[in-house]
Amino acid sequence: MATPRRRRLGDQLLQASGLFVMVIALGALAALLFDVFVDGAGRLSWQFLTSLPSRRASQAGLATALVGSIYVIILTAVIAVPIGIGAAIYLEEYGARGRMARLIEINIANLAGVPSIIYGLLGLGLFVRAMGLGRSLIAGAATLALLVLPVVILSTREALRTVPNSLREGSYALGATKWQTIWTQVLPMAMPGILTGLILALSRAIGETAPLITIGAITYVPFLPDGLSSPFTVLPIQIFNWLSRPQAEFLRNAAAAILVLLVLLLTMNAVAIWLRDRYQKQRTA
Amino acid sequence: MTPTPGTPTLPSLSGLTSKAHAAPSTPLKIDVTTLNFYYGPKRALHDITIKMHANQVTAFIGPSGCGKSTFLRTLNRMNDIIPGTRVEGSIKIDGVDVYGENLDVVALRRRVGMVFQKSNPFPKSIFENVAYGLRINAMAGTRAELEGRVEESLKQAALWDEVKDRLHDSALALSGGQQQRLCIARALAIRPEILLMDEPASALDPIATQRIEELIYQLKKDYTIVIVTHNMQQAARVSDFTAFFWLGRLVEFDQTEKIFTNPTEKLTEDYVTGRFG
Repeated sequence: MATPRRRRLGDQLLQASGLFVMVIALGALAALLFDVFVDGAGRLSWQFLTSLPSRRASQAGLATALVGSIYVIILTAVIAVPIGIGAAIYLEEYGARGRMARLIEINIANLAGVPSIIYGLLGLGLFVRAMGLGRSLIAGAATLALLVLPVVILSTREALRTVPNSLREGSYALGATKWQTIWTQVLPMAMPGILTGLILALSRAIGETAPLITIGAITYVPFLPDGLSSPFTVLPIQIFNWLSRPQAEFLRNAAAAILVLLVLLLTMNAVAIWLRDRYQKQRTA
Repeated sequence: MTPTPGTPTLPSLSGLTSKAHAAPSTPLKIDVTTLNFYYGPKRALHDITIKMHANQVTAFIGPSGCGKSTFLRTLNRMNDIIPGTRVEGSIKIDGVDVYGENLDVVALRRRVGMVFQKSNPFPKSIFENVAYGLRINAMAGTRAELEGRVEESLKQAALWDEVKDRLHDSALALSGGQQQRLCIARALAIRPEILLMDEPASALDPIATQRIEELIYQLKKDYTIVIVTHNMQQAARVSDFTAFFWLGRLVEFDQTEKIFTNPTEKLTEDYVTGRFG
């Protein structure tokens, strides 16, 4: 047995090293953000947000990429949310428990860890070629929806599991059907958890580049998408494109675009947190 | 749970057939014949046969794990929710087989209400808790009708005076005893015929318990009540008939007075006099 003195020393040592590690992690992040901000802040302007891409860095803007990203993320949500939540409800509330259920669960967890470029290849084969959707907005969104589905399903199941059974029993005992119970009691109760998972999933989707490049999202789109089958680009691809240019001007554009992407991401998170808090208040108030 | 040394190991089942008790004058409501219940391979109920009559309070007593709650939950098929359970035998309510093939479980639960051991109000307002059953079963046509039924149910559950000025506050802000009476009001709102109560007062203080017991006494005018309780004094106070369960078997079922003063079975006597359990 260590003496109390030595144990206290060990405790302090662990605390100090924890702090150290945290400072490294946050420090690196802060340095990165600072660097990007210094490079890009000067380029941020209304003109930058609303201009189409151009050969001349000072005239180039990210209107197509910004609008493309927003369209893609909305479409992705429209596809992935009902399917993901529906699948989770089935697996958690209706599906039989057994070996098959465990197998499915393990496989969904595995799918959540598959590299995104693999989903890109799937999207290319399935949506772009087999279904003939071409290099379109809808093909891109469908691919990203596939990518985030496992995360949506897993987090929704987790959220459904936290709903106490006594609530379900209370509802059944009043003559509610299974669906009435799920719709009026279980889902509202699980909503904060479901929203948290959704936003994590969509945040992942908005930053994805690889699967969209694989399915052929193009880097130079001189017009805004005007329909589901329209070609498109998104912010990460635009950033990648500008970063690969030799001119320093374009690098500044890239930095500014990164800032825009970050703001978009933070806005999404803020909306999700607001929604979650609203549901939580409803639940306890 | 396990009997102390010296108590008999298995009851003779003669108590089952003892028809010694005077049958009540009210009509037969719940008729259970050789009911067996299994959790997976584990048999939880053994050949339960019992008849319960309308407008009577029947108490189920027995040590923990004796099957009384399991049995109660078969009466409105609440055990259906638990995977891997199985039922044999028959339960007839008003002559209709509860486990019959064409039986609508939802309709059954509308007629056989339930109050749980741990009060489980929905995370909604007091009003919405009581209105829930009416809404999902589309039982109130107009807003006025809905409000009337909610008020009536809260009055029946002796809660109205305490909550009438804050109907739209959260039910979770109520005290434990109030929450349990709210759950009773919620169950009464859809006007069931039978009310199952699974240790409704076990988590309550003596005053709240007394209110629930008075309530049970009031309610039996309109309902057939089956109550599971750990508390033998409670069974003696509120019930007309008492069933003593032990290790998944119904040992003795008779008028409450007889069970507590002159039981037929030695095991029942040992239990009600506190020699084990």
